[in-house]
Amino acid sequence: MAYDKFNILTSTAVPLPIENVDTDQIIPARFLKAIERVGFGDNLFRDWRYNSDNTPKKDFVLNNPTYSGKILVGGKNFGSGSSREHAAWAVYDYGFRCVVSSFFADIFKNNCLNIGVLPVQVSPGFLEKMFTAIIGDPKTEIEVNLPEQTITILPTGEKESFDISSYKKDNLTNGFDDIDYLLNIKSDIKEFAASLPL
Amino acid sequence: MSNTLFDKVWDAHVIRKIEGGPDVLFIDRHLVHEVTSPVAFLGLKSRGIKVLYPDRTFATADHNTPTINQHLPVADPLSANQLDALETNSNEYGISYWGLGHQKNGIVHVIGPEYGITQPGATIVCGDSHTSTHGAFGAIAFGIGTSEVEMVLATQCIMQPKPKKMRITLNGKLGRGVVPKDAALFIISQLSTSGATGYFVEYAGEVFENMSMEGRMTVCNMSIEMGARGGMIAPDETTIDYVKGREFTPKGAAWDKALAYYKTLKSDADAVFDKEFTFDGSKIEPMITYGTNPGMGMGISHDIPDAGDVEGGAATYEKSLNYMGFHEGDHMLGKKVDYVFVGSCTNGRIEDFRAFTSLVKGKHKADGVTVWLVPGSHIVESQIREEGLLDILTEAGFTLRQPGCSACLAMNDDKVPAGKYAVSTSNRNFEGRQGPGARTMLASPLVAAAAAVTGKVTDPRELIEELV
Repeated sequence: MAYDKFNILTSTAVPLPIENVDTDQIIPARFLKAIERVGFGDNLFRDWRYNSDNTPKKDFVLNNPTYSGKILVGGKNFGSGSSREHAAWAVYDYGFRCVVSSFFADIFKNNCLNIGVLPVQVSPGFLEKMFTAIIGDPKTEIEVNLPEQTITILPTGEKESFDISSYKKDNLTNGFDDIDYLLNIKSDIKEFAASLPL
Repeated sequence: MSNTLFDKVWDAHVIRKIEGGPDVLFIDRHLVHEVTSPVAFLGLKSRGIKVLYPDRTFATADHNTPTINQHLPVADPLSANQLDALETNSNEYGISYWGLGHQKNGIVHVIGPEYGITQPGATIVCGDSHTSTHGAFGAIAFGIGTSEVEMVLATQCIMQPKPKKMRITLNGKLGRGVVPKDAALFIISQLSTSGATGYFVEYAGEVFENMSMEGRMTVCNMSIEMGARGGMIAPDETTIDYVKGREFTPKGAAWDKALAYYKTLKSDADAVFDKEFTFDGSKIEPMITYGTNPGMGMGISHDIPDAGDVEGGAATYEKSLNYMGFHEGDHMLGKKVDYVFVGSCTNGRIEDFRAFTSLVKGKHKADGVTVWLVPGSHIVESQIREEGLLDILTEAGFTLRQPGCSACLAMNDDKVPAGKYAVSTSNRNFEGRQGPGARTMLASPLVAAAAAVTGKVTDPRELIEELV
């Protein structure tokens, strides 16, 4: 599915300093029943965000008007568990375009890249600096520069580089997806399939 | 050049390598279910393209399906809608569809092997992280997201960077009352919930060599719970005996050819892994989890560790124990159990029901415990009847439900109420996994059986006289 191109993102950020945030927290299974990709942002972190009577939980960060922005900063091992792309959709649909953590689960990371959400893996030390800066001043702006592959805490100028494959970087900056690539090599695929021994 | 089992299967399926990017990997078998596929089919529609190889694609309904009264219309309109969408899409694109009521319907990772769709040396994907199950046959099998489901429907390929390789060797013999699920929970407790992220695991050693295919599936199934994309076990006689003669396995001359190929599927003696772990299987106890990720497990006779003794932040640990209503230093033995769930792609196979039944035989379900026994497929359900297990279960006060994913992820009505404690043979103890506010303790079918007849966390070794 086509998505907006990603280049340089400058935004305030929302801190979620919890480790092992799994995809059942990001979007509980009972909200996976849609047959179209709409409205998932409403249920992002549903059970951390709302009480059972649907009133907002005041102590959860998404209900705290002090914090906002297009960058979500999470603790180590973000997105573990289920392969549900609905988790990445919920993150995107809520309005985040970038998730920062010191470690990501594989499938969640792939899912993000496939829908135009940039997962940025930073060192544990830099993640701590980000939490300190954002919680100290929620107006702290963060710059995520995809072409340069850097992330900067703007008020302090602290900066770190991050990794991304040149192929995925190219896709994100141009808004391409893998299917566009694969459809172009369909004859190679058919030839390969015909050559399989079994 | 020496290669691992993983290298051999992966490299045989690479169509091309992209400089600075992923490999283009050909997928032999694509399993599809109702939850992660509708948006992928919409994608095909909007691009105006067809499924490239419908005969390599198999659809079933499992996540959303009720486990009682399957002959009636599905009551939840959203679930019904999703099931209808899969049927419509399967018909439109020429994919075989084993929906609710179909004799072949069941949990996707249970029926794949049962019908021989799962084969050694194959590449298998599904929009479900527990696709790792099929690695038990020496296949490369892993879960994918919906964009990737669309990708495989459209092109039978997926773009993935090649993972690193890890080998986990389990030597010795498992002790009395210790079953494959315990081996899996033990390994995850040692590596943590993210300890194998970025790796594909090969399981090796005496414990796995002596393990049944059902047991191997349980272990490979849980690979994702330590972050691994998948796990695999080299095919041997046990594998070949299981695979031979199933509906979709090769026959005649094709079988002979396949057999020759299967025999090449093992890591070379001098193959190098990026990471290796070796454990002594005889030291493993029946396991149970006490927290909110599968890495938070321990021997059932142990006490809940202090925050200082576990990896990870104290705040995260405290949040987890608070959710469970547990404290550092608590004994797990004797904790009250309200619900018991036996089933799922982890432990919904015949061997699991044999183990459960062997323990409850001649005993009775404890008062106040709700027990859900959910077979993984109609084949498992029939075996339970034909082997006489159902009579024993009925005598002991239990009833059998109909196949589906059920309370593993509680998308249907099988939800554990808020605050209640469940001993579950499924794969995840995440907050709310089995229903909002539900508190899950993961364990083996034997630990589940011990809880079902006592109403509390009980060491199954206290209740079994004979070796299991």
